Amino acid sequence: MSPGICPLAAMRVGECGRVQPVQADHPAVPRLLAMGLLPGTEVRMVQIAPLGDPVEIEFRGMRLSLRKADAAAVMVDLAENG
Amino acid sequence: MTTGLSSAPRTLRVALMGNPNTGKTTLFNRLTGSRQKIGNYPGVTVEKKFGSWEYGGRTVVLVDLPGTYSLAAASPDERVALDFLTGNLAGEQPPDAVICVVDASNIVRNLFLASQVADLGLPLVIALNMADAADKAGIIIDTALLSRRLGVPVVRTVATKGDGIEALEKAVNHVVDDRSLMACVPWPESVDRAMARLAEGVDEAGVQRLSPGELRRVLFDPRSAVLERAGWPADADPALLLAPARGILAADGIQPASAEALLRYEHLGHLTADAIRFPEKRRRTWTERVDAVLTHRVWGMAVFILMMFLVFQSIYSWAGPFMEAIETGVAWVQELVAPWLEPWPALQSLAVDGVVGGVGGVVIFLPQILILFFFIALLEDTGYMARGAFLMDRIFGWCGLNGKSFVPMLSSYACAIPGILATRTIEDPRARLTTILVAPLMSCSARLPVYTLLIGAFIEPAYGAAAAGLTLFAMHFVGLAVAVPVAWGMNKFILRTHPQPFLLEIPPYRRPRLRDILWRMWERAREFLVRAGTVIVAITVIIWALVYFPRPDSVGARVESELAASGAGVEDISRRIDAAYIEQSYLARAGRAVQPLFEPAGFDWKITVGVLASFPAREVIIATLGTIYGVGTDADEESDDLRSALARDVWTGGRRAGEPVFTVPVALAIMVFFALCLQCGATVAVMAKESNWGWAVFAFCYMTFLAWAGAVLTYQLGTRWLAL
Ligand SMILES: Nc1nc2c(ncn2[C@@H]2O[C@H](COP(=O)(O)OP(=O)(O)OP(=O)(O)O)[C@@H](O)[C@H]2O)c(=O)[nH]1
Ligand SMILES: [Mg+2]
Repeated sequence: MSPGICPLAAMRVGECGRVQPVQADHPAVPRLLAMGLLPGTEVRMVQIAPLGDPVEIEFRGMRLSLRKADAAAVMVDLAENG
Repeated sequence: MTTGLSSAPRTLRVALMGNPNTGKTTLFNRLTGSRQKIGNYPGVTVEKKFGSWEYGGRTVVLVDLPGTYSLAAASPDERVALDFLTGNLAGEQPPDAVICVVDASNIVRNLFLASQVADLGLPLVIALNMADAADKAGIIIDTALLSRRLGVPVVRTVATKGDGIEALEKAVNHVVDDRSLMACVPWPESVDRAMARLAEGVDEAGVQRLSPGELRRVLFDPRSAVLERAGWPADADPALLLAPARGILAADGIQPASAEALLRYEHLGHLTADAIRFPEKRRRTWTERVDAVLTHRVWGMAVFILMMFLVFQSIYSWAGPFMEAIETGVAWVQELVAPWLEPWPALQSLAVDGVVGGVGGVVIFLPQILILFFFIALLEDTGYMARGAFLMDRIFGWCGLNGKSFVPMLSSYACAIPGILATRTIEDPRARLTTILVAPLMSCSARLPVYTLLIGAFIEPAYGAAAAGLTLFAMHFVGLAVAVPVAWGMNKFILRTHPQPFLLEIPPYRRPRLRDILWRMWERAREFLVRAGTVIVAITVIIWALVYFPRPDSVGARVESELAASGAGVEDISRRIDAAYIEQSYLARAGRAVQPLFEPAGFDWKITVGVLASFPAREVIIATLGTIYGVGTDADEESDDLRSALARDVWTGGRRAGEPVFTVPVALAIMVFFALCLQCGATVAVMAKESNWGWAVFAFCYMTFLAWAGAVLTYQLGTRWLAL
């Protein structure tokens, strides 16, 4: 399988991945970092809202709902978790 | 009392900090015996609240702060927290100690904030709250070890049951004397150099000196409120000041934007590693099972709509017996009072028709408001609110609002005032303003009496109980349906907001506590009754006077002589006399003068007067109609309810003479008017306080116009095309 790096927003429900180094200039990034979504953190896509946006992810035992536009600031590596 | 403490202050100021929804307010209520609002979603507390307790001869003043994830202070409520900690509020010192409330199921993330607070040099106690939930999840925490590692007291608490409260009080007393500081992050040496450089820059710029903790905030948060508070001009670009210091970090290979989070989390991870043990295998929690349905792509929406429908259906059907009981009570009081005041007809009318009839008419609707509150409290306490925001965010996104507008908007269904206060969690000032401007369009509980009166009188008899519930449900969507394009227009043409990050933590479901729910219902009931006893009584008395006077004897004599010839019965004569008096009263004259404005909506002068009198508070319409129709009937006769009086009323003149005043389109037009109009003085005042008077007046004007247009449209559509 090719290196499975994709935007967080593109993950499918149930998929897991590890966060890659982040783009620091996106306005959502400081908040995500403060919540502990750091490079190396494992995330899981829990649910996508009925209208396609926002999405709900899980990391560090918490569940967070965020818009795809904000999730786009974060890349994840799916390969590391299969 | 030991002498060792004599040097310490006798009044301590302690701040309660922590991530949103960790139980700070629950703990605050336990510690201080207060009853501040709690709820299972992030962002319940948006203002600081004070309370106090006594311990060891000291008075401890506790401040409950809004929850925050970091001290970056992006939204107004987070600024409140930061300003309080740094002593930047006018006339206030930094607190003597901080209780940091930490969710025991998610310790590391919660400690991030604690470590930022510790950097400001404040003594700290950690309350490991929701320890019961952590136990259930199989998380094992060595509190003593954690306390040793962190260097500050760690107290296990279960705020809902009151466990650990005493230990917490003791720990607070202890750290104030001890000044226990939490273990510091071992910052790389380049961070120290960068801070030194920044301090020079601050000195050169001539703004107020900053403490090392504040300097660190400025270094890491590009838009920190600290600089502004220190006197940095709002229009000057802080980048100039920051560039040299941040350059030092970059030269060392440290990215300033993510450095703080990475370093702190790494440090905290090390400190806590052997003190917390997570269960080997992740269990599927029941929150996940429930959410598999409630936030499901298809079922989620279906359940949401079905649930809302059931709420309104039950408001409509459950309240019946209670309303009848109150109605009987009001009639009983009227019958009791009437004979006493027989010798003074004017006074009798004032008491029976004005005060008791008018206010009683409003109080009848208390049960429905309580049922609505019961459901809202249930949604808030179980944790469904955050799910609602998740489901609806896209719709808000289309019109430029954000998912965080959901909580203020839903709260506005109870009352717009807390709804408007709840907008403080919204970071973007313009998105916040838009939310404030549309929040009063949400159908608040004070509109409920208007809807149910008219639905009960005209929709239910004509179309049945199911249609009645459906109409009530639909009325609660009218405001929302209008709010979406209004918000869109405001964003597009007036405020021009930029998309904002929307991050909302989804809490686990929790069992609601009946006591909390009953308390909130009681508070609302009290407020409603106080309003009925003050504002509404006052307006009712004025209305009564205007509808009762003038009373020239000539009017009665004329009607009597006219009718005597036609051989009408005594009862009929007295009713006609009353009607004749009302038709020439001051109120009728004024009402008729304004009525042409509402002619296209099908309102007669009585409805017009009711609508105008309701601008200070919308419930007044019920009292006004009650008074007008009350004066219209003989006080001694079996007082029948307002519904049948409305249904009986006919036009006395004009082209519709003899036709009923209230038809289905008229009833719908009145409801639409009330759904869209800003008839609440208190809300206008709060809007002015949270934005400014200009916007409050703007909101008042646009909503009044929309209400009028909506009523006209409804009436015209209803009579011409639907032939209702
Ligand atoms: N199981 C459990 N639930 C708790 C405990 N403490 C609080 N809760 C619940 O957690 C929810 C949040 O409580 P709040 O006191 O409103 O939290 P807060 O930190 O003030 O929240 P914000 O004001 O939004 O920041 C409520 O539903 C409480 O009933 C606890 O010790 N155990
Ligand atoms: Mg709170």
